[in-house]
Amino acid sequence: MKRLFADIGLITGKDLKIELRSRVLINQVAPFALMILVLFGIALDADQQSLKNFASGLFWISVLLCALMAISRSMTIERDDEALVGLNLSGVDPIAIFLGKTCAIAIQLLVLEIFLGVGIILLYRSEVEDLWLLVSTGLFACIAVSALGTIFGFLASGLGVRETLLPILLLPLLLPVLIGATRAFDDALGVAAVNGWNWFAFVAGLTVILTAVGAGANHLMAEN
Amino acid sequence: MTSPITTASKGSKILGMTSIIGFVVLVLLAFFVTDPDIRFHPETGEEFGQFDAVRLLYLHVPMAIVTYLAFVICAIASAGYLVRRTFWWDSMAHAAGEVGTLTCALVLITGSIWGRPVWNTWWEWGDVRLMSTLILFLLFLGYLALRGAFVNPQRAARPAAIVALIAVLDIPLINRSVEWWENRTLHQKSTLSELKIEDLTLFTLMLGILVSVLVMSWLILHRFRVAWLEHIEFEQGVKTAIEERRQVGHGD
Amino acid sequence: MTHLGYLLAGWGLSSLAILLYAVRLLKRGAQLSARVPSEYARWMSSPKQNGG
Repeated sequence: MKRLFADIGLITGKDLKIELRSRVLINQVAPFALMILVLFGIALDADQQSLKNFASGLFWISVLLCALMAISRSMTIERDDEALVGLNLSGVDPIAIFLGKTCAIAIQLLVLEIFLGVGIILLYRSEVEDLWLLVSTGLFACIAVSALGTIFGFLASGLGVRETLLPILLLPLLLPVLIGATRAFDDALGVAAVNGWNWFAFVAGLTVILTAVGAGANHLMAEN
Repeated sequence: MTSPITTASKGSKILGMTSIIGFVVLVLLAFFVTDPDIRFHPETGEEFGQFDAVRLLYLHVPMAIVTYLAFVICAIASAGYLVRRTFWWDSMAHAAGEVGTLTCALVLITGSIWGRPVWNTWWEWGDVRLMSTLILFLLFLGYLALRGAFVNPQRAARPAAIVALIAVLDIPLINRSVEWWENRTLHQKSTLSELKIEDLTLFTLMLGILVSVLVMSWLILHRFRVAWLEHIEFEQGVKTAIEERRQVGHGD
Repeated sequence: MTHLGYLLAGWGLSSLAILLYAVRLLKRGAQLSARVPSEYARWMSSPKQNGG
């Protein structure tokens, strides 16, 4: 058990170190996220009230789009020089590879969520009514996205068309997360009279299920 | 030994002929024998109902059932592949997935065409089944895209089986989330439950289901055989390439 | 008959789509059958020929 956590930490640390050195998140994904917020603002004709009403949906769509980039990136660093094969041969438990990469993507997504959250408050004038609901939903939803994303990243890795394949494989499956997280955010930002904590419970349940499904799928993929 | 020129066999020919005859009978019943759905308001005596648009349901409902059936077969075959790791299961999953995607598209199209006169809209965002079916369709488009992305069909088997199983596990979650999500809007009650289903209507519907199952079986059978032949051809291509390599090696 | 246009569109499109798919399958099957030795097409061969 101790060994497992050490391995997870190792993989997560490795991915985050590569990220810190290459700065793809800061230099490319974050500006992309900002660009999405601006594009939505322009497309919706900068109508302040609509932007405020739709802020949670726009936030989560931006997160999903950025997640696709982060997952792609996470798989690219393994594909170069066949690093994934090396990793699998190194004796690290496959479950640790899966959880480690999921953690690394989740941490990057969390940073992006904070960035986007500040973005919708500043640009769309959203007002936070329930910070804890916002934080907990943001945390769990990004784990769910990362877990499923990592699995699909592995599944499609080695394919030349991975970047185009990933969205159509992943996004329909993430629909429940999108719905749950958006509704919870609607409540937290005070734009809809729904029970946000119920939606949070749904998202949390999804996170547990999807992570377990991901771990199971990872097990099936790793065995020969 | 004569080389077969098609993927047809005696059994599949009988199946095909039965499907065609069944389909003709179904069309006759659906269009000319069954009554249109006309009801009268108990107080005002005003006519209402789906009128002749109901005849679309003899196609739409059976197709929806067949779609779910095909996806269930796909999921079972995927699980079978993961247990047995034989090409038979993989071909079956592929065949059922592809046929299911086709019928799923037709369910959406016929549903939309039916919804226009009856619900007065091509698309109803507030309907759980509509939304779930669309998502299901998108899921399996992704599944087929994943299969198509592999040059070597054998390497597609495992990822495809895993995706199919994840998709099937996700379907109840999608259903749940859409149901809760749409509850904030006024949900239009399904019109099918109001329909009085009896005698000839029921018989036609049952015949529709039977014919659709026959057609689906025929399609899956042939798609399976095509997948099987593709697999054999691929393996032979690899074998030939290795042989040629060896010959070149000996020649040196 | 009311809604005749809708009826024809629904039934017509569906039948056409299935028909086209079936024809495509048969064509592809014929193409492949011509290239692959018949002992692999087990559904065609008699038990005696069933060596593969």
